[in-house]
Amino acid sequence: MRVGLFIPCYIDQFYPQVGIATLELLEKFGCEVVYPSNQTCCGQPMANSGFEHLTKGCNDLFIKNFEEFDYIVSPSGSCVLHIKDHLHGASADSAGGVHGSAAESGDHGSVAGGDVHGRGTTIPGKIYELVEFMTDILQVSALDASFPFKVGIHQSCHGQRGLKLAQMSELMAAPFSKPLQLLNLVKGIELINLTRQDECCGFGGTFCVAEEAVSVKMGKDRVADHLHHGAEYITGSDMSCLMHMEGILHRQKSMVQVKHIAEILNSRL
Amino acid sequence: MKQNGGKPGHAGKEDHAALADAFNKDEARVNWHDETLWWIRQKRDKAAHTIPEWELLRETASRIKDNVLSNLGGYLEQFEAAAMANGVTVHWAADAAEHNAIVLGLLRRHGVDKMVKSKSMLTEECHLNEYLQEQGIEVIDTDLGERVVQLAEEPPSHIVLPCIHKKKEEIGEIFHEHLGTPAGNADPQFLTHAARLHLREKFLTRRAALTGVNFAVAETGEFVVCTNEGNADMGAHLADVHIACMGIEKIIPLKKHLGVFLRLLTRSATGQPITTYSSHFKKPRPGKEMHIVLVDNGRSVHLGRKEFRNSLKCIRCAACFNTCPVYRRSGGHSYHTAVAGPIGSILAPNLDREKYADLPFASTLCGSCSNVCPVKIDIHDQLYKWRQVLVQSGHAPLAKKAAMKTMTWVLSNPSVYHTAGKAGRWFMLNAPFTVNNGMNPWYKQRDMPPVPKQSFGEWYKKNKK
Repeated sequence: MRVGLFIPCYIDQFYPQVGIATLELLEKFGCEVVYPSNQTCCGQPMANSGFEHLTKGCNDLFIKNFEEFDYIVSPSGSCVLHIKDHLHGASADSAGGVHGSAAESGDHGSVAGGDVHGRGTTIPGKIYELVEFMTDILQVSALDASFPFKVGIHQSCHGQRGLKLAQMSELMAAPFSKPLQLLNLVKGIELINLTRQDECCGFGGTFCVAEEAVSVKMGKDRVADHLHHGAEYITGSDMSCLMHMEGILHRQKSMVQVKHIAEILNSRL
Repeated sequence: MKQNGGKPGHAGKEDHAALADAFNKDEARVNWHDETLWWIRQKRDKAAHTIPEWELLRETASRIKDNVLSNLGGYLEQFEAAAMANGVTVHWAADAAEHNAIVLGLLRRHGVDKMVKSKSMLTEECHLNEYLQEQGIEVIDTDLGERVVQLAEEPPSHIVLPCIHKKKEEIGEIFHEHLGTPAGNADPQFLTHAARLHLREKFLTRRAALTGVNFAVAETGEFVVCTNEGNADMGAHLADVHIACMGIEKIIPLKKHLGVFLRLLTRSATGQPITTYSSHFKKPRPGKEMHIVLVDNGRSVHLGRKEFRNSLKCIRCAACFNTCPVYRRSGGHSYHTAVAGPIGSILAPNLDREKYADLPFASTLCGSCSNVCPVKIDIHDQLYKWRQVLVQSGHAPLAKKAAMKTMTWVLSNPSVYHTAGKAGRWFMLNAPFTVNNGMNPWYKQRDMPPVPKQSFGEWYKKNKK
């Protein structure tokens, strides 16, 4: 299968090792991976700030780069959710808004393949966050990875509540966790429990600067929960949340580090 | 009583971010506030876990409310006819001013200048207390938490727990000042007893009582008021005139639907199986009067906004407040509106876009609110949609607009992005969280991410192509 690798802009610029780990993991499982070099961003920073109307350029570019692939995979739940929910097809305008608003369905990520909102692109149905691609499409049941450390998982909200990578503590429903399913295959890893299993870290895109006080307080509290339970590493499937917590850990001169889940799943320590 | 004057102020500088920043100056207090409300969220989880069909109940409640919103006019007329047949007088108020005038008219007609009132967020929304006070009428809030904030001359900070922002020591001081309790006594049981004595005298001497309405049944013309303190009953049963005020969205079609909503309401709100008192009011006692005021105040306009109308399904349980990580760490007053929290942030812009343009941005869009909502309002999706509407209708600051346009231009042009992005230069200058100086909000309490030697794109070019 041909997989288009979507590396979000801030990972491209700040965390190339996460992109490399993602690429290597996919290749280990036999995917033919291509990184379209003209990609930039999913448009979420603008859209979440209320400027979705400015994202047509990003959307058109995204479709141009990725339409041809069997699957599109990205190491970011948040960016993938944005594409699934808000990618307006290049032909959307000319299609005359066939199905009106995406809001009508209100159902995230439940459409497998094909055209989600009738907008002339098949991308929303075939884009996957890395973890769900590994569990649901590649159906990974064994990993040649080891990471002999105490690790806390940060459940990033858009991955968890948006893409439903794990059960949510608010719902009265059977527990499951796709990230945990994979991390449990890693040798030597010791996963810690948290007091609040799925509280938001407070990154929130431009929220992190627009609401600096609350954002930082949320981040400090999230980090403290991990530290309290003895984490040596904090991992997760969204680097943006980890970047925010890393900024707080560094400022506190903590030795605890953040690692994207791709790095741990691709690790041989 | 101050409502929006003074502290929890107006749009502009006193927006949510500024008020939340002020709240966060006392970190120990933020911790206390967060933990208190998180405890309520946990109580809610435990209570919900005792109901195997919890998610089905939510879905059922959601559908009943959808039906109500689609047939609201018919249900209201049915309710009015049934209530009138029961001997209740029904009033219609188009807005807050008309609501307030109706209440004042009733009090004047009975020569009443003192009234007791149980909890009603609608009257907070209409600023009834201030209005009546200006007309020389004294209003005593009889819900304990409401009475505390009323004595403190503050608005409630939470729709179910109005004085949740006050510590018991502070309540002890307020009671010492206003009710004459001994200085330094902060024993909750003692203070509650003092409040009981204080309020008992008010109940016995007031001839008019105003209550809110939790559910109004179209089928029977009755309405249900839920309290834990029995204060609505005390007021209504001892007064000659009972005035019940409700937003028009409080209608439910059938009496049996109470079996769905009463099971959900208090489990969602406080984790109790049911409120201590769920009082059904149907007709006035002989020789007494019962009035219902049906208030629109922007609701029918809201109903016409397809993408936002389902926020009118809200039953005011405040589960979204208690679970919201932003609310818990910013306090109710930072929302500067009668209904705070996530639901308030999608309701308020409907009333005044200019004044409440900040509220839909006071969220990380984490989605926890939508998951706890007993009537399944898509709160976080509506927050996102309000952002688009507010920006499109010109409520975005100019600087933000310019920054977004630059960002869009760079991110829409790969060659610009690659040139600008080389070694992170563009991100260093333009991504708001990366500028390494004291002026930048990211850097104030967080370090920047380390900048690598090469981007992923550059690595890929060298190693894979």
